[in-house]
Amino acid sequence: MNLTLKVWRQKNASDKGSFATYQVNDISEEMSFLEMFDVLNERLIAKGEEPIAFDHDCREGICGMCSMHINGRAHGPWSGTTTCQLHMRAFKDGDTITVEPWRAKAFPVIKDLVVDRSAFDKIQSAGGFVSVNTGNAQDANCIPIPKDDADASFAAAACIGCGACVAACKNSSAMLFVSAKVSQFALLPQGQVERVDRALNMVKEMDAAGFGNCTNTGSCEAECPKEISLDNIARLNREYLMANLKK
Amino acid sequence: MAATGLFLCVFLVEHLYTNLHLYWGDGGKEFNEMSHSMVHSIFIRIVEVVLFASIIIHVVQATVLTKKNSDARPVKYAIDGASMTSSWISRNMGLTGSVIFFFIVVHLYNFFLPYRITGEVGHDGQMTVAEKCAEALGNPVYAGLYLVAVIIMAYHISHGFASGFQTLGLNNKKYTPIWKMVSNGFAILMGLGFASFPVIFYVAKVMGKDLLHWNM
Ligand code: SF4
Ligand code: FES
Repeated sequence: MNLTLKVWRQKNASDKGSFATYQVNDISEEMSFLEMFDVLNERLIAKGEEPIAFDHDCREGICGMCSMHINGRAHGPWSGTTTCQLHMRAFKDGDTITVEPWRAKAFPVIKDLVVDRSAFDKIQSAGGFVSVNTGNAQDANCIPIPKDDADASFAAAACIGCGACVAACKNSSAMLFVSAKVSQFALLPQGQVERVDRALNMVKEMDAAGFGNCTNTGSCEAECPKEISLDNIARLNREYLMANLKK
Repeated sequence: MAATGLFLCVFLVEHLYTNLHLYWGDGGKEFNEMSHSMVHSIFIRIVEVVLFASIIIHVVQATVLTKKNSDARPVKYAIDGASMTSSWISRNMGLTGSVIFFFIVVHLYNFFLPYRITGEVGHDGQMTVAEKCAEALGNPVYAGLYLVAVIIMAYHISHGFASGFQTLGLNNKKYTPIWKMVSNGFAILMGLGFASFPVIFYVAKVMGKDLLHWNM
């Protein structure tokens, strides 16, 4: 297929940036979106131009690095899919594809399509863990957990921290991410000890990072590659309310 | 936003209930008596203060929220696909809220001000409150504005009501669909209920019918 690509190019964090247009010919439908970028970059390098910087790591939909806003959609047109799992058959021959970085004050652009997502790391380190000394794993059956809770916790734990929820939200709110991280522990006995502090501290860190506030538009859930449910945001609101009553 | 918004929803039910008495056709007697007893009830006066406070808090919070949320994305997308992933109303609560607020100001100016502050309406020898309603709703500009505002209000509620429950943490797989249904049902009910006043009163006026006295 032959495509026209409009890609955001920005030298560094302080550069203003602008779109550059590339004609990309002879692309296979079987390629992933990132492989198409690899081809484009090789051609740019061969011409002596600066390749386009973009984040990626696992290329199998589990690391959450491949942040790209494609034709107005976080991770492109397929739902429940990361950019690396998006294939070129999602597009038609002759299409023009516009690729932008995540746009949020809390995710400043470092270069081209690469953004700084360390705000998520800060939120995580404010409480997204259980403080236990490591050692031998104890017998799995000594802490009984209802199957429904285990399933809901596991579903929340599927969050890969990609930031698509922030990118898709009109308010750049990080509520879906934080709610997934809080829910994953709130549902398990191991998470109870730090439950109150976790909700308070993670929300505090989220607000400090400059994310917007949730107005329940639901774009995050629609765009999340791991299909994290809005139920988690209701749970986070509950946890936060209760935590405030307790502390 | 959630607490004040849901309180305002409760108020709407009360307001609609009172307004429906305009249809009794008793010359507005019931309606006037209700308005009168409300003014003289200590309980209602306290609720009134809470109501005004709720409106103001709701508006101030909304303004701060809109500003903060817009600041959270200083560089906008060249192509924004939000319309593919969320409803129009969920993204335009600020806009629809502003229209409603503008209408509330006009509405207070038309009714609250002459009845309660300047005392030009509803007292001995003056036009009654019900007559004032019939007069205002017979005015095409006011009736039109009323109708538009009410439709927008219904949209605003259809998102706001369900959203309030989500913010209060009362949603999950079981309740979310119920709240959504209740929210839409409530919005339609309020929309139709309030929209009936400008439509029916204006049509009655055009047809030369005295709606306030049909039952007498
Ligand atoms: S909640 Fe979904 S969209 Fe947000 S960071 Fe986690 S996986 Fe990505
Ligand atoms: S590169 Fe790891 S999820 Fe896409």
